[in-house]
Amino acid sequence: MNERYEPVIGIECHVELKTATKMFCGCCNEFGGEPNTKICPVCLGLPGALPVPNRRAIEHIVTVGVAFGSTIAEFSKFDRKNYFYPDMPKDYQISQYDMPVAAGGSVKYWIEDGELRECRLTRVHLEEDTGKSTHAGSTDGRIAGSEYSLIDFNRAGVPLMECVSEPDLRSAQEAVAYLEALRRTLLALGVSDVKMEEGSLRCDANVSVRPVGSSSYGTKTEIKNMNSFRSVERAIASEVARQIAIVESGGRIEQETRGWDEINGVTHSMRSKEEAHDYRYFPDPDLVPLEISPAEVRRVTQTLPELPAQRFERYTARYSIAPRQTAQLIDNPALAGYFERVLALGARPAQAINFVLGDLSRLANETGVAVAESAVTPEYLSGVIALVEDRRITSKVAKDVLARCWHGEGAPAAIVEREGLARQSDTGALVPLVDQMLAAHPAVVADYRAGKQNVLGFLVGLVMKASRGTADPVVVKELLNERLSSG
Amino acid sequence: MPASNELLERSAAEIAAAVNERRVSAAEVTRATLERVVATEPNVGAYLTVLAEAALAEAASVDRRVAQGERLPLAGVPLAVKDNMCLTGSRTTCGSKILEQWIAPYTSTAVARMLAAGAIPIGKTNCDEFAMGSSCENSALGITRNPYDLLRVPGGSSGGSAAAVAAFEAAIGLGSDTGGSIREPGAFCGVVGFKPTYGRVSRYGLIAFASSLDQIGPLTRTVEDAALTYDAMAGFDPMDATSVQEPVEPAAPALRDDLHGLRVGIVREFDPGALGGAMDALYRAAYAGLERLGAELVEVSLPTAEYGVATYYLIAPAECSSNLARFDGVRYGLRVAGRDVRGMYDATRAAGFGEEVKRRILIGTHALSSGYYDAYYVRAQKARTLIADDFRGAFASCDLIACPAASCPAFRFGAKSDPYSMYLMDYYTIPMSLAGLPAISVPCGWVQPPDGNEPLPIGLQLCGPLFAERLLLGAAHAYERATNHRATHAPLAQRLTA
Repeated sequence: MNERYEPVIGIECHVELKTATKMFCGCCNEFGGEPNTKICPVCLGLPGALPVPNRRAIEHIVTVGVAFGSTIAEFSKFDRKNYFYPDMPKDYQISQYDMPVAAGGSVKYWIEDGELRECRLTRVHLEEDTGKSTHAGSTDGRIAGSEYSLIDFNRAGVPLMECVSEPDLRSAQEAVAYLEALRRTLLALGVSDVKMEEGSLRCDANVSVRPVGSSSYGTKTEIKNMNSFRSVERAIASEVARQIAIVESGGRIEQETRGWDEINGVTHSMRSKEEAHDYRYFPDPDLVPLEISPAEVRRVTQTLPELPAQRFERYTARYSIAPRQTAQLIDNPALAGYFERVLALGARPAQAINFVLGDLSRLANETGVAVAESAVTPEYLSGVIALVEDRRITSKVAKDVLARCWHGEGAPAAIVEREGLARQSDTGALVPLVDQMLAAHPAVVADYRAGKQNVLGFLVGLVMKASRGTADPVVVKELLNERLSSG
Repeated sequence: MPASNELLERSAAEIAAAVNERRVSAAEVTRATLERVVATEPNVGAYLTVLAEAALAEAASVDRRVAQGERLPLAGVPLAVKDNMCLTGSRTTCGSKILEQWIAPYTSTAVARMLAAGAIPIGKTNCDEFAMGSSCENSALGITRNPYDLLRVPGGSSGGSAAAVAAFEAAIGLGSDTGGSIREPGAFCGVVGFKPTYGRVSRYGLIAFASSLDQIGPLTRTVEDAALTYDAMAGFDPMDATSVQEPVEPAAPALRDDLHGLRVGIVREFDPGALGGAMDALYRAAYAGLERLGAELVEVSLPTAEYGVATYYLIAPAECSSNLARFDGVRYGLRVAGRDVRGMYDATRAAGFGEEVKRRILIGTHALSSGYYDAYYVRAQKARTLIADDFRGAFASCDLIACPAASCPAFRFGAKSDPYSMYLMDYYTIPMSLAGLPAISVPCGWVQPPDGNEPLPIGLQLCGPLFAERLLLGAAHAYERATNHRATHAPLAQRLTA
């Protein structure tokens, strides 16, 4: 990227909310299904049908607003956004215009270095989703040039949250990190599945560039059709490069909407500002204003779970866990929960994190069983950690014990007992083992005596192995030193 | 016993009593009504669709319920439903080509409640397209004639229901009133037209014209029937977020015979002198009639009421421009091919909507467009608030308001070809609609028009505060009972049929 320019990015997200029923009717809110099976007069927008708001969806938005520190409007309303599109049943969308449920607030996110950053939110509001069109016979899957279109209204009327950020993001990486933080938080709040591949999270990016040091904004373009976090990153990077090239060559950026072309890795113009819609917003006369009492907001605030960003701060600041490890844990809420239970049983965070992200995660990968679902209960892991801490087993044995626990061989203490895996620090017991190794490897002993002192580690390893890891490595080393120098 | 024409000319209350007492069956009433419809329709044209089969099936079901001992408030009562209300399996057109072939797959709450009360759906009645008009002339699907003079309009937009009731083709007509669409045709056809408080009757299944104004109500030959209909339909509906939670006290048991203790406001700004000598005399006599019944007449002022029409013709078109967007050729039958999807929209809507509907969509689209929204829509909403405030002020010194229901009797076809003169037909009814108030039109006399041979009915409008339906219907009943203007002349359609 050109170092003289700074990208300025804002993200607009649409998130389908997880509720039992749709936004304004009693139809089942569930992804997929045979086309046009989850429909009724209301979500089909049939003449005469009327919307009745879903209280749960409103609660979800309030929850999201509270979680991001937004101001919750005591008085809000629904507006109609008027435009024509075949899969929009009423040819208007019930949305919110000038009085969103939540305004302001911010999303805290982090990138690889683990530094916590913040992106301010403009607003969070509630609206309804449209149906889904399949355009047949056009080269690019768009309606223009298609022979016919099929419409599935199962999605029509699904509660949709629109979340608009301020232009606070300065790179494609930050944009993705912001989206990841948003996704994580919504998952933690239980308000959405946030699956980009199922369309329950969709996002557009507003992108502009400006010379580094400038405080005014350049002309922005809006990027659409990004279907994964990866494509968000690629699309923004590509658009930033395109804009910088235009500005560098003395050209002017057109304000327009651009579509991301995944295959060719470029954005292309979709429509210009002149073609922009006049949505003719006005308050929906079918719905009464929304009142959200301070008591309701208090109730939501009190029942809020710990948010990923708060957890991030707790882990990094209080437990001194490395940001990268923290991020790994936070991205796997079940694993984080497991980790927390191990801590609650008295394990030290530094110990616990190494086992959880190290041995146990490796075993999980090998066996396809999640750590939290495995035979290694938090009690077992904390037991193993205690055995190590108490110097009753070596850390080498700990790995072995954990693997045995994983494979259902029982409780750690019992395994240690049964298999004779207790730490051996007793010189008397270890001397024969050491002597045996020295006798078996005269060449190595000769090397050592010839000055290659680094073979000592190799010898320690041999003894450890022969003791199935139970030998106290410090004692073994001492014994070896003693024997080799005296011999 | 076959139901006689005589029974069909009685009130809904009397028909229901006869069916409940099993003096006549709902099936007999229905068959007789369907015969009456066949004989009358060539002259009147009230119905767009006659639901003979559905009506007979419903009648059989009512007879079964009555035989099992149920007493239904509207047992076997022939019902005419304005064709902007959905009824499962019935063609529901709104008088528009764009919905000409659309069969509703669900039933509106108001109609469902009427059927639950025992009413029999005889058919779907003509109306101005999407309820936009005051004469039924804006219907794309048929002409409805005034039963009192076949050369004249029945009023609108609920003209089909008003004409059906006046011509005894039904005992109750359901209409919808947005700016006067029940009260004006009621006055034109010499029947009672009642618009309840906005939100009293669920709008679920009523195809919207202007959502913040639309209200379903009855057209009947007696005030008692209007009360019975209201009692059957009113009340909260979980399917309509704007329907009110206020408890509904039945109005039929509260009908009264005098107006003692009531203060009736006469609106200073609505001087009937402006309507010409005959109308002036008639309204003055009507006000005097109220006084004779014990009411105290007081003068009240509605200074902003004159802005009603201007206000209404911003708010109603704005809402309709959005409500009617869904008729785009993708669904509902009519589709005219275009070069692309936008071309298809344009061609379909150009072919499917009539002049008046297009005019209002254009006005409304303009009023909501960016740059004009504040000047038109927002300002109109402010005016609406002022008009409602005026009524609140007036009701501080009176219990009810009396005024004309329309500025003239039924006019000849084509007489109001200029849209603005048609808009002015609702001058006296629009302010109440904007304020959401309950209002009723009751026959208050006859005028002999200079351009016709038949005497024409005139309506008195009574209006009450929000949720004062009981009081309003009670007072209208007292006036009706004391004057009985309907009995003075039989409709021409009745004479032609007999």
